[in-house]
Amino acid sequence: MQPNPSLSLSNPEVRHLSAMHKIALALVGLGLLLMVNALLGGASADWMLWLLLGSLGGGGLLYAYAEYAHKPAGIQNNGAWFFSESARGSVGWIMGVVFTMFYVSLYWFPEWLGLSADGNHTGLVALFNPLSYLLKGQPASQWFVYGSFYTLAILVLGTKFIWKYRHSRYQVIRTSSVMFFQLGFAFLIPEILEGLNPDKGYFGKDIKNVWPLDYDFFYDWHLNNLLAGGSLGLSMLVWGIAMFLVVSPVLTYFFGKRWYCSWVCGCGGLAETAGDPFRHLSDKSVKSWKIERWLIHSVLILSVWMTVAVLYTFYQNNQGTAFWVSKEMFVWGTSALLLAGAGALFFWRKRFEHIRQDLRWLISGLLVATVGVMAIGMFSGSQHILGVDSYKLRQWYGFFIGATFSGVVGVGFYPLMGTRVWCRFGCPMAAILGLQQRFFSRFRITTNGGQCISCGNCSTYCEMGIDVRAYAQRGQNVVRASCVGCGICAAVCPRGVLKLENGPNTDESRMDAFMY
Amino acid sequence: MHIVIIGNGIAGISTARHLRKLGDHQITVISSETDFFWSRTALMYIFMGHMTFEHTKPYEDHFWKKNRIQLLRNFVTGIDPAGKTVSLAEGGSLRYDKLVLATGSKSARYGWPGQDLAGVQGMVSYQDLRSMEQFARDTQRAVIVGGGLIGIEMAEMWLSRHIPVTFLVREKSFWNKILPAEESAMITEEIRHHGIDLRLGDELKEILPDENGRVKAIVTGKGDTIDCQFVGLTAGVVPNVSLAKGTEIEVGRGFLVNEYLETSVPDIYAIGDCAELRQPGHRRRAIEAVWYTGKLMGPVLAKTIAGQKTPYRQGVWFNSAKFMNIEWQTYGDVPAEIGGDLDSIFWQDTKASRLVRIVFDTSTKAVIGFNALGIRLRKEVCLRWIETGTPLEEVLARLELANFDPEFYAAYEAGLREAYAGRFGQKIQPKAKARLSDVFRFLQPSR
Repeated sequence: MQPNPSLSLSNPEVRHLSAMHKIALALVGLGLLLMVNALLGGASADWMLWLLLGSLGGGGLLYAYAEYAHKPAGIQNNGAWFFSESARGSVGWIMGVVFTMFYVSLYWFPEWLGLSADGNHTGLVALFNPLSYLLKGQPASQWFVYGSFYTLAILVLGTKFIWKYRHSRYQVIRTSSVMFFQLGFAFLIPEILEGLNPDKGYFGKDIKNVWPLDYDFFYDWHLNNLLAGGSLGLSMLVWGIAMFLVVSPVLTYFFGKRWYCSWVCGCGGLAETAGDPFRHLSDKSVKSWKIERWLIHSVLILSVWMTVAVLYTFYQNNQGTAFWVSKEMFVWGTSALLLAGAGALFFWRKRFEHIRQDLRWLISGLLVATVGVMAIGMFSGSQHILGVDSYKLRQWYGFFIGATFSGVVGVGFYPLMGTRVWCRFGCPMAAILGLQQRFFSRFRITTNGGQCISCGNCSTYCEMGIDVRAYAQRGQNVVRASCVGCGICAAVCPRGVLKLENGPNTDESRMDAFMY
Repeated sequence: MHIVIIGNGIAGISTARHLRKLGDHQITVISSETDFFWSRTALMYIFMGHMTFEHTKPYEDHFWKKNRIQLLRNFVTGIDPAGKTVSLAEGGSLRYDKLVLATGSKSARYGWPGQDLAGVQGMVSYQDLRSMEQFARDTQRAVIVGGGLIGIEMAEMWLSRHIPVTFLVREKSFWNKILPAEESAMITEEIRHHGIDLRLGDELKEILPDENGRVKAIVTGKGDTIDCQFVGLTAGVVPNVSLAKGTEIEVGRGFLVNEYLETSVPDIYAIGDCAELRQPGHRRRAIEAVWYTGKLMGPVLAKTIAGQKTPYRQGVWFNSAKFMNIEWQTYGDVPAEIGGDLDSIFWQDTKASRLVRIVFDTSTKAVIGFNALGIRLRKEVCLRWIETGTPLEEVLARLELANFDPEFYAAYEAGLREAYAGRFGQKIQPKAKARLSDVFRFLQPSR
């Protein structure tokens, strides 16, 4: 018999929407209309901003409630590969294009958003003035608009995530942490600090953002602002340096890179919350892993060189000394540090016998970085680093890595390539933490004996594209540089095979599960 | 040497992979089901849209060529042990030196009237999945017959498509021939909580056709007629043994094998769901049709074929499943009826659907089995306790070592110790923390 499609009850590609879903979507639609109105230069009034934020936020929360509140607590992935928005269907593509265009306008055409050179902003930027005046007594900029949307997205969609994973305390606590750090450390505190210190240069900066993800930390304008910023500026300078030199390595040793990437970081925060419906779209092939390793570590080396070059110019412009050291001491000191790292790894190579191949790569990488840093010291003039204007160098880095990679591709492509494109292929901070995680950390994902049924849920829902199953079905622990410890593989595992754990990092015991 | 393996499920593929690790023999795997190995256990997740079929392949397609494992999409119609060949449906035959039967199982059908109608099927193969997808288009109610692991999975599948389900279970409580009463009650409640029309103590009597030969209703043992467009037959599986026909291969319910997984015919082995052990272990079944059996038998048989004759030992039993949202893990011996020389203590939180049961021998107090619902236990630790006959008190004192729940989950160990104190009037002081270093020390004291 021929099934009659018109009688279809179970077209899996159609979402079942309740009245509450529809009201929620209408609210979100209203918010989007207000945005379009502002973008097109329509009338602007204070109430419109509050209505915009209220309808987007309220609509989002109501949708989450309609979607999850009545369902028994558990894994909610039904239809992830059927629905247009989450399976690279037409809705997914449209979203991808819209997100991408938003980032393009944000970075290169802020006038589209209403930014004006004379300071009389219009459009979407002007719409956010009331909130900006409330927080810091200054008019809004395109970055303020971005920060507000970003924070709203993490808060609303973070709540949605918590609803979705309410059965898992790890997920609830982790997501609360991400929401807290975004709201407080990335949004409220910096904005308020900037408002309180209007005469002290620039403070409106995400204070949990760490070099080298925060690649302009060592830019001259930033350093000058911090140095001119009194005790607050100086303490932020010390904090910023201590973060990547001390805090980060120590926390990564004890907990793996997850302490940052999926508990604190803003990029990670957006991926974990707003990006959750797209996490399964990441490529899991061995080939993409290969591309990932080359790309992310190249960006890391590039970011080190760029920073050293920029600092070198900073020294030149400050008569060769700053921070109590001379430029020669800085360049040679950095080279010596990198070299010492390579030497130490070589000296203790026996300890890394079980990951010999990785060790070779790491030592080679350190040597390449050293050579570059030394070259900068030897062949650079006042403004030119190896014949290239250091301002040009950082402009390029800002364009290709800072804007294009982390913003346009990193978030714009969520609905097409999954949520962690930037974190996986580009983030130099993730690269450093990853190397630490692979070589010096107590963190691993333990495999529970031979109980894996190779179903593939773990790999499918790994946003970092790790083929978790490849390890689990062999009874191996997962000790991958890229793992951000979001814990979703363990959550979706239907057999209780995976567990995120911190434990002794004595030998290969970290890599191999006990097999029975 | 040419080794031909019939069936590309977990049993056949495990054998092939380990044979390749052990040597350079020619390996051919024949399957009529799919081109590549896929995880049958993930069948439900494809239907529910959690994964696509591609995601269920445990190895990328280039893996097989790289490892020189030849995959042949064909159907074996017969075996000629004398000529050492298998004949293929799509023409020709294949010579073998060693033949491995890994043909798996099929859904059991007990001669119900109407069991061959359109819209009536089991759920084992890729083809079953495809046909379920076909029938889903115009199914307004599905009836599932037989309360086991496949039945509950199928119920969850239909629910994911917002199609109402009636679940006929012959027992008075779900799966109570396998699960003790409290566990069975918890799962029964879970099934109802998801809105499934669960009918306990009832069974299928007859399936009624419409004018096109498609199921239109069923009649139950109690005489109820239920309109439906789909009937899932999930009352167990039986081994696929049709290839034994015309050969000397001895068959019971499955292909009969000795401890070396050899059938009665030289150079022919059977493994996985289709193999029936002539001498199963103590309190073990001759056919254990679960994923893990195939996975464990594969490497053993590979050794034997590669020349290192190795017996298959069943070891401590373990299994796992997920009933809707409740995960289940079991280690060792946990009978449905615990009595005689066995006893158990358990802790449960019915609100959160979590339960742990520890079964022990009343005379020696040695722990012999664990059941966990909604809780994850560390398999290695549980198995070590069972293998070494550790007394209940010692296990309870160090129960934290077996905690495999995600971080921040509520602890249950104190609850079990309280249950013990309630039963035996003796308080047990905790002696271990749930630290990985302690687990290492426990499992490998020499380290």
